[in-house]
Parts: sequence; structure tokens; C-alpha cells
Amino acid sequence: MSFRVERFSEPFVIEKIIFGLLSPQEIRKMAKVTVLRSDIYEADGSPVVGGLRDPHFGAIEPGERCPICGNTREECPGHYGKIELARPVLLPHLGDTIYSLLQATCRRCGKLLLSSERIDYLLRIYRRLKEKWPRLAEVMVNNIVKEASDNKECPHCREKQFDIRYIRPIIFYERKPEGEVRLTPIDIRDRLEKIPDDHVLLLGINPKRARPEWMVLTVLPVPPLAVRPSITLETGLRAEDDLTHALAEIIRQNEKLKSFLTTNAPEGMIEDAWLTLQHVIAAYIDNELPNIYQLTHRRRRPLKTLAQRLKGKEGRLRGNLSGKRVNFSARTVISPDPYISINEVGVPVEIAKILTVQVTVTPHNIEEIKKYILNGPHKWPGATFVYKIRQDRKIDLRYQKNYRQLAEELEPGDIVERHLINGDIVLFNRQPTLHRMSIMGHIVRVMPGKTFRINLLVCPPYNADFDGDEMNLHVLRLEEAQSEARELLLVEKHILTPRYGGPIIGGRQDYISGAYLLTMKTEFYNLDEVSKLVSRSEKPVHLPEPAILKPKPLWTGKQIASLFLPEDLNFIGKSKVNSGLLKCDNEDCLNDSYIVVRSGKLLMGVLDKNAIGAEQPNNLLHIIALEYGESKARELLDSLFRVFIRTLEVKGLTIALNDIEVPVDAMREIEELIAEAKREIEELIRRYNEGSLEPIPGRTLEESLELMIIERLQKLRSNAGEVAIKYLNPFNDIFIMSKTGARGSDVNITQMASMLGQQTIRGKRITRGFRTRTLPHFREGDLSPEARGFIKGNFRNGLRPTELFFHAVAGREGLVDTAVKTSQSGYMQRRLINALQDLVVSYDGTVRDSWNNIVQFKYGEDGVDPSRTYHGKPVDINRVIDIIRARSSEGES
Amino acid sequence: MSIKEPDRRILKHRLVPEHRVLSFEEAVGILKSLGVKPWQLPQISVNDPVVRLLGAKPGDIIEIKRRSPTGGVSIAYRLVVAFERRA
Repeated sequence: MSFRVERFSEPFVIEKIIFGLLSPQEIRKMAKVTVLRSDIYEADGSPVVGGLRDPHFGAIEPGERCPICGNTREECPGHYGKIELARPVLLPHLGDTIYSLLQATCRRCGKLLLSSERIDYLLRIYRRLKEKWPRLAEVMVNNIVKEASDNKECPHCREKQFDIRYIRPIIFYERKPEGEVRLTPIDIRDRLEKIPDDHVLLLGINPKRARPEWMVLTVLPVPPLAVRPSITLETGLRAEDDLTHALAEIIRQNEKLKSFLTTNAPEGMIEDAWLTLQHVIAAYIDNELPNIYQLTHRRRRPLKTLAQRLKGKEGRLRGNLSGKRVNFSARTVISPDPYISINEVGVPVEIAKILTVQVTVTPHNIEEIKKYILNGPHKWPGATFVYKIRQDRKIDLRYQKNYRQLAEELEPGDIVERHLINGDIVLFNRQPTLHRMSIMGHIVRVMPGKTFRINLLVCPPYNADFDGDEMNLHVLRLEEAQSEARELLLVEKHILTPRYGGPIIGGRQDYISGAYLLTMKTEFYNLDEVSKLVSRSEKPVHLPEPAILKPKPLWTGKQIASLFLPEDLNFIGKSKVNSGLLKCDNEDCLNDSYIVVRSGKLLMGVLDKNAIGAEQPNNLLHIIALEYGESKARELLDSLFRVFIRTLEVKGLTIALNDIEVPVDAMREIEELIAEAKREIEELIRRYNEGSLEPIPGRTLEESLELMIIERLQKLRSNAGEVAIKYLNPFNDIFIMSKTGARGSDVNITQMASMLGQQTIRGKRITRGFRTRTLPHFREGDLSPEARGFIKGNFRNGLRPTELFFHAVAGREGLVDTAVKTSQSGYMQRRLINALQDLVVSYDGTVRDSWNNIVQFKYGEDGVDPSRTYHGKPVDINRVIDIIRARSSEGES
Repeated sequence: MSIKEPDRRILKHRLVPEHRVLSFEEAVGILKSLGVKPWQLPQISVNDPVVRLLGAKPGDIIEIKRRSPTGGVSIAYRLVVAFERRA
């Protein structure tokens, strides 16, 4: 806000950044000290002159004056030093570039291995290309390098060229007819020096910014202490930064090499010391290079050198630039509250007292803000800071006694840092942030307690539950950000997802059972009950004429639900329960499984997952959000859905053991089925053993047997399930949940009541364990169902020991799968986002990147926003026909 | 570098959409309507078999009409370029 912008405005704008290499001259020029000694402190604790903490690196201690720039530590920018290398050393990360330079140029005259005419011609093209088509110039360079490297004789000096072998990261050999000869950095530097500027240009390097010979270091820059700060431990001991340790190692090696050179040591020793120096410098730049001795901390932990500082998730780029720690944020456990709006978030008072918003005092809000100041920083809703603009003074209310006086002195123009209050908008986020609905705008509602409260209906977009999930909250402090969030990020703006055309917010679990129980056609409610239910919606409604007048007025659940639907809504659709015995294909339906809404009245059909569920495209909720607007849909979610919950509270929904208890007859029937399947499988195994089993085309005999057994057992399970379901009461609460889509499926019921069925690993029967059998309970080579993971027991009656083991085996596979899948898909997602993040749909419908390059000529090739469609279709013809039919029949009657 | 002329029948293959070289006037019109410079268009190599059959040169713009599952027929433009992108 204005207060900060005025005081800390930055007059400079970065126009461009040029990357290049430092020349030895530049390094020497900027170096203020030559480091010669590897020890850092003298015995008395003062820094060694000519060591890695030489005062010339800049002032760092409080009160110290920099000998170079004369500033104290606040102002001194820090200064570079240098190490004069006894012999040149390759820059390891440029090895590949050096390799291609050596290959493409002559070993004697250093010119590009192409004829002069060709070079002139290429130069002309390259210069033009570079200007307009920089991307293509890059490609051209690759082709030039390839072309030149293939030339075995220099067209300029007729020198024969030899192949070069490169062992990453720093070793080069030349393949001469008499044998391989090692190229020392001196040789390489000599060759690189000879390459003419124009030829360097053709190799894709700007010679002004980076002469090739600068890729071979003769002098190493030593960064100032701000780059490698030392820390003082509580014990008074000093711990130096990893970089300082690495540099000390470089100095040691360099001094050793120097002394060998001056004392005329044997050639072998010099070579060894030189090679070690190269390794150490390579490690200083990147300690994870292959074929390099890692620098370590007194044995063990590898040093974090330059590349390690930048790389990876916690590196400078990903850890400090792409993502940072932020202020004005909060994190705590979430818990549900069905009686706040989906747009709201419940914020604990304790958090509201810490998170603050800056407000400018105006004549309109001065009275309100005075109240905050009178409350002080410890009483909500209060204030923590006052900025007196005219006195340019910042007042921390924590250290202030006289709130009253401060409030009196408050004047328009002052800025007050006030607590978070009801009605503020904040961002709310749950990781992993996989889609845009993972961060949405919520309206603050401060409440007691220590958890964030969210409406259950926003669980699907966040993929949240309450088994300990935590979420993050970010305060929006600028008015611009706040209004942007209100317009674009508010939860109600995200009821429809752009992922597939449909509602991502909607009922789950209890909402669905509740809706079903409310709208079942057997249910009637007297005035008392209706009032009890409808009052929860906190919305004033006019009750219609009751469906039944005598002996006492009774309303249907459908009438109650209709109170909240838009008046002119017409909708036709199938319920989730519309299957099996309750199947209907048109309005002529006696099973109450075909939903018909005419003029906002639910005439027929129960509401269940297919009407009000989350992530169910083309359901009632979707149509309302799409055709009546998202705020209308939000009203529905905030009113009708509470009635569903209330219905459930009144009627109750629970399960017990006897819900899945099947009579003895049924168990006998199931036993018979098992026996029958067993017989058939034994027969299969027998035929397999004697070789008369007919294999399935394209499969081996073993595979065929397995497939046939699996198929038979699959059939057995579903038969057994059907038997159990046949005997169970179809109106018990388990069935209500599974049929309406609230929770569970027929398979779950089968597993509880009848049998678990075949347990699998990677879709196959369980074969692992011991060499020839799964468990010691079975004979070797036993192929029977029970020896290979078939479970005939069920959860109600319990599993046998072997069955429990197989169940655990298959269960473990599921856990491993999810663990592996999440990490893999997470990385895939990351790569996709990095590739696509700055694509934009422009106003003309084209998709463009940040350079305005066209990526797609029409978004999605049809220019359609999926979140405004009927599950991807811009127009739903059947729906249009339905509406017209409904309207015309209205006209008739 | 002499490579055999591509088989003309590929133009009729059901997976090869209709390509057409735009005239200079058309090309200018397209660039103007999109508000882009030629290099901001997607690119296609001169060595692309269809491009070679059409005889297009670097700098030409090719119109490709293809069937799209979402948009019916969709039209895309490609600038012919001499160098292939990184292999």
C-alpha cells in the first residue's frame, strides 16, 4: 500500500541479463585480495592476511570498516578475491562445449574445419538468422559443428585432424596413429586461444562475452564473505561455510603444485598434483560430477558447493525464487462445520489476532477503526500497529498503554494494521495443489476453537477429509487483490470445474443419503416436522398446499425439496437408484427412480448421487449452476443441503452386524455354489495335469488354466454375492447407502455378508511366498483356489488365518501402488506445469506463449470453455427438447 | 544431399490432413488477422514429406485443414523453415 511503496520505491528496472564468462583480466581487476594461505584464523583468532577471511573481502563484523570501500557492514557490498592458479584448469561444467570446439577446429591453426568461402557464406546467413530467428540460429550452430567435426583435414593449413576422446568431466585424449595422447589444460587453452572471433561466432558463442580460452581457468575468483558466511556457535567456536572449506582445499592443492614447480619436482608428481587441483576445482563447482573425488566434511558428508546451492527442490531456484516462505499465512487442522456457507472459512480467534490487514483511515471508517485501536492487540477485533503518516512514525500497540489517546489522535490518512475480521477475504489452500480449485477464496468467519472450519461441500475440490488434514490460509492485504479474489477466486465461482464440464462441488456421503431419505415417496411430514427441517435452511419460504389434507395436513419430502429449487426449473434425469429392479427409461416410472422437475417442482424421482452428488456432470446441481448462475447454486448448497443433513439427523442412519447377517439357508446355498465351483476347478486342474486342457488361443497352457480358474472364481463371487443380497433386507441402511451412491458398492456388501473372493497381485492369483507354495499350510504345487489366495470367508464371520494373510498381501499391494503412483504422477504433473504454465488464451481465441508465439489457433480447436458446457458439449440437444416439451405442456394445461 | 521424392499417394492417406500453400496475399492477410510476425507461427520443416510434395520453400505459409474431435474442421497455419529443430 501507499505507505510502503512511497518509502521503498525502486527507481531501476532490469532490462536484460547477459550470461557470459569472466575473462582472467576481469577476474584480476575485481579481485581485491590474492589468497595464498589455506588457514583461516591466526592462533589469536584474528583472520589470516592473505587467507580466506582476509579483511579485504569486505566488512562483516559489527562496527568494522571495510579497508576497500570504507563502508561498515551494512553498506559494504563485499569484494572478490582471487587465487592465481599454478597451472590452468578446465571448467568442468563446460566440458561438452570444449569438446565440440576442439572437434570443430583445427589442431594447428585453430580455424573452423570448413573452407573460407563456406565460412563466409555461413557467417552471412548466421548474422541475419541471429537477429530474427534466434531459435533457428541455435539449430544452425548444431549443424555447423556437425559439419566441421566430420572434416578430417584442415582446409586452411592442410593439417591432419585426429579424433578426440572425452571422459567426463575434465579428461581429454587425442587419438594419434602412434597412440592416445592426453590433452592437458595448457594444450586445450592453446588451441582455444587460436580460434578466430568470427569462427567462434559460428560455433554459437559470442566472443565478446565469452572467448573460448576463458573456459580454461588461469585465475580463480574467490567470492566475498557474504556468499560464504561463517557462523559462530554458542560455544564460541567458528564454523566456516562449505564453500570456504572447498576453497581452502583448492589453495592447499595450488600451493602444493606451486612448490613442486619451483623445486623442480619429478614430472610425475607435478602431473599428479595438477590433476588433483583440477579435481578439487571441479568439485568446488559441482560436487556431484561423475568421476570426481567428492569433497567431504572430515570423512562422510559431502560439501555443498556452488552447483548444489542452486540445484534441486531446496536449491536457490526452486527453494528460494520459485517458492518462498510467506508472511500473513496460517496453518492448522481442518474440521467440518455444515452450518457455515461454502464461501466461508472458520478462523480461530487466536489466528485472527495475529493475521492482520492494513486499512487506511478515512472519514468514513474512522469510528470503526477507533474501536479496533481501543481493543488493542490482544482483544479481538483489535489492531496491532498504527502508522502515523504525518509524523512518519510506526506505533506498535503491544508496547502502548494509552489506547484511548491513540484513538483520539487518529486522523484520516493514517494506516492501521487491524485484526482479521468477519467478511475479510482470504485464500485457502490444501496441498497437493493439483488444480486451480486447490486454492480458493473464502470469507472469514472468526470463531472459537483451534481449527479451521470448512463446509463439507467444499471437500471434493480440495480432496480434503478430517482425519488430521491441515490447510493453509493466506491473507490478502491489498484492496486490488481482495476484490480480484472476490470476483474470481470465491468458492462459488468454482462450483463448475474446467476439467470436465460438471460440478466439482456437491454432496457426498451423508448429503446423498439424507437427500434420498427426504425425497423417498413413502415419506410424509407434518407441519412440525416440516418446520424442523426447513428452519435449518435459514431461508424464509412459503409452504405450499400440503399433499395430503385429511386427516391431518402432510407434506411430501419432494415438496420440501422443491421449496429451494428455482421457480422455472425444468429437469429430467435418472436417479442413481435407477438400475436393476428399479430400472426405468422414461417418465412412465413407478419406481420413483426417474427425476422429473417441472416449473421448479420435484414431481417424481428421488434425489441421490445423480442429482446432487459432487463430480457428477449433467446432474440437477450442474444444470442449476450453469443455467441459473453460480450464486443461485451456492444458495441451494447453503440451504437445501442443510435440510438434507437435518433429515438425516432426525431419521438416523446407521449400520449394525445384523444388517449383513444372511440366514442359514443362504449360507447353505453359498456353500453349494462353492462346492460346485471347486468341482469344476478340480476338473480343470485334472485336465491340465493330464494335458487334455485346451489352451486359449495366444496363451500358454499355464496361462490358460490360470485365466479359466480366475474367471470361474469371479463368477463364484458374484453368484455368492447375489445370493446374499437376495436374502438381505433391501431397505436396510447399507443398501440405502450403496444404491444411492452415498458410500459403498455391491462388492463391499458381498465382501461383508458373503465372501471376499480372489485376492490378486498384479491381476494374478497369489503365487509368491515359498518356492513352490504360498504358505506352509498347503502342499507343494497346489493349484487349488484356497492355496492361491481365494477367500471364501467374509468380514462378518471372520477370515481363516491363511485367508487373512492373503488379504493382507493384496492390501499391501494397494498401499505400495498408491505410494508409487503419487510420486510418479506428481513429477509428471510438475513437468507438464513447467512446460505449459505461461500459455494464455488471448482475446482472439488463440493460445499463445509468453513471447506471443501461437501454440494453438483456437483454444481446444473449438474455442469452448469446458466449464460452461454440459459435460463438454456446448449445447445439450436433449435438454433443449425437454425444456420445450415441458413449456408447451405447461401451456396446454 | 539427394533424397528420393516422397510417394505422392501420402497426400491421399486418411491420416494426412489437407495441406495448401498460401499465396503471398493470403499469407499477409492471415498474419495481419492474427497480429503476428511469421516467426511467431508454429513451424514445419521443408523436409516434411508433404511440404516437399507441395514444393513449398522456407518462408512460405502452409494451411492445414484437419478434422478435430472437438471443433469439426480446424485450420492451422505452419511456417516452412529450413532447419529442423533439435533432433
